[in-house]
Amino acid sequence: MKLLIFLLALLPLDRLIWLGFTDGLGANPIEFITRSTGTWALVFLCLTLAMTPLRLLTNSTTWIRHRRMLGLFSFFYASLHFAIWLWLDQDFDLIEMLKDVVKRPFITMGFISLVLLFPLALTSTHSAQRKLGRRWAHLHRLIYLIACTAILHYWWHKAGKNDLDTVTIYAVVLLLLLCCRIPYIRKLLGKRSTI
Amino acid sequence: MSTNEQKRLSQEITPKAVFERRRDLIKHAAAGAFGLALAPWFSREALASNAQKLIATPNPNFVLKEESTSYQYVTGYNNFYEFGTDKSDPAANAHSLQTRPWTVSIEGLVKKPMTLDIDALLKLAPMEERIYRMRCVEGWSMVIPWDGYSLSKLLNQVQPLGSAKYVEFITLADRKQMPGLKSQIIDWPYREGLRLDEAMNPLTLLTFGLYGETLPKQNGAPVRIVVPWKYGFKSAKSIVKIRLTEEMPKTSWSQFDAREYGFYSNVNPLVDHPRWSQATERRIGDSKGGFAPKIKTQMFNGYGDQVASMYAGMDLKKFY
Repeated sequence: MKLLIFLLALLPLDRLIWLGFTDGLGANPIEFITRSTGTWALVFLCLTLAMTPLRLLTNSTTWIRHRRMLGLFSFFYASLHFAIWLWLDQDFDLIEMLKDVVKRPFITMGFISLVLLFPLALTSTHSAQRKLGRRWAHLHRLIYLIACTAILHYWWHKAGKNDLDTVTIYAVVLLLLLCCRIPYIRKLLGKRSTI
Repeated sequence: MSTNEQKRLSQEITPKAVFERRRDLIKHAAAGAFGLALAPWFSREALASNAQKLIATPNPNFVLKEESTSYQYVTGYNNFYEFGTDKSDPAANAHSLQTRPWTVSIEGLVKKPMTLDIDALLKLAPMEERIYRMRCVEGWSMVIPWDGYSLSKLLNQVQPLGSAKYVEFITLADRKQMPGLKSQIIDWPYREGLRLDEAMNPLTLLTFGLYGETLPKQNGAPVRIVVPWKYGFKSAKSIVKIRLTEEMPKTSWSQFDAREYGFYSNVNPLVDHPRWSQATERRIGDSKGGFAPKIKTQMFNGYGDQVASMYAGMDLKKFY
């Protein structure tokens, strides 16, 4: 099962590589790859956040066993998204990059999202979990903040041309997923499954 | 043969050769030679373009060393929000646009207001081919061989009054033909405008075709303007009305967000867009490949010699 999810999660990357070799990335390949990797980072973020509600609804802990891999894939696609921007838009000029991060709010939000994902990825191992104990759970609640900064990054990017249809869908999904963390709603979800 | 003659000849050959190659490409693609996935895309493209040959004389003043962007990208990667917000939407959806019958009315502060149908417009002045750079505000660019004549030729016919300071372009907005109008992104119809001297500048092209054919629907058929020293959105597509006014016209993108899209919107590498730098651009279909580094954006998109004098003494940071 783990292997299957791993292979499925690599499909978006396989597709990009395939399209790259078959001249299928369209008129603006860089834009295509940047958008695609950004979208998949967000999709995996949503999937990661969906595991707890699913556990509550189904009363099964299988979901949680896959949560780490999904989270790491979100980090993986976010890193690709960032690396492509740093390479092809900023030409690896770190000073210019930081200028952009400070100057442009939508980039600020994207950058914060990536920076905050780092400690979560680094402490995703079992040994880190054991070492950190209760603090691990506190630390990993950062993902709720990341959900907010990531959607703001996307929202502000799209707001420039008032093209908000797609980003609205993601925002609603994330909002629902975050609502599942409200204690009262959490209880409701858990109760439903025991009836 | 003189070099000039050779130049002329090679210009005449290039678009035609490209055109023939493209026709083959579409035929092959539609036949599935590129795999089934691409075939519908190409046949859609063939559908959306309603190509008829246009006889245009290449203007030797507007030839570029840079390679022209392929027809496939010029017609397949556009912003035309009336047909959707995605770059591939116009090619996919523009087939519903009715380009005939079509009239353009020129009104407002003119001595002789008139309404001209498309055939009269096509015959109004000799058709020229001009190869222009096209720079989109989003940071990408193309090189496109347009067919048309200077807008001034039309404006001289209607004789602007002394009080006229601006020219407003109003484009078609018809829900039946344009699926994109369902979304309220822009307060339809899409409007653009120029200062009168900008509109009269010989570079401003009233455009009827590209690559020696009538404009494909997704590129703003049957008539649009092309203002090569300004960001692409200033070049209004599918125009139905031209009004001469005393007041600066309210233009669609400026109304949407005045901070991001100014009235002038001259291509300027020194004035950043609030959300990205305008110092560089990505050339679509760059011959160096898809991962080629960005190229430096030129002041006034490289047309400073012809247009900079119109902005003498103006603070271009303030009048962006």
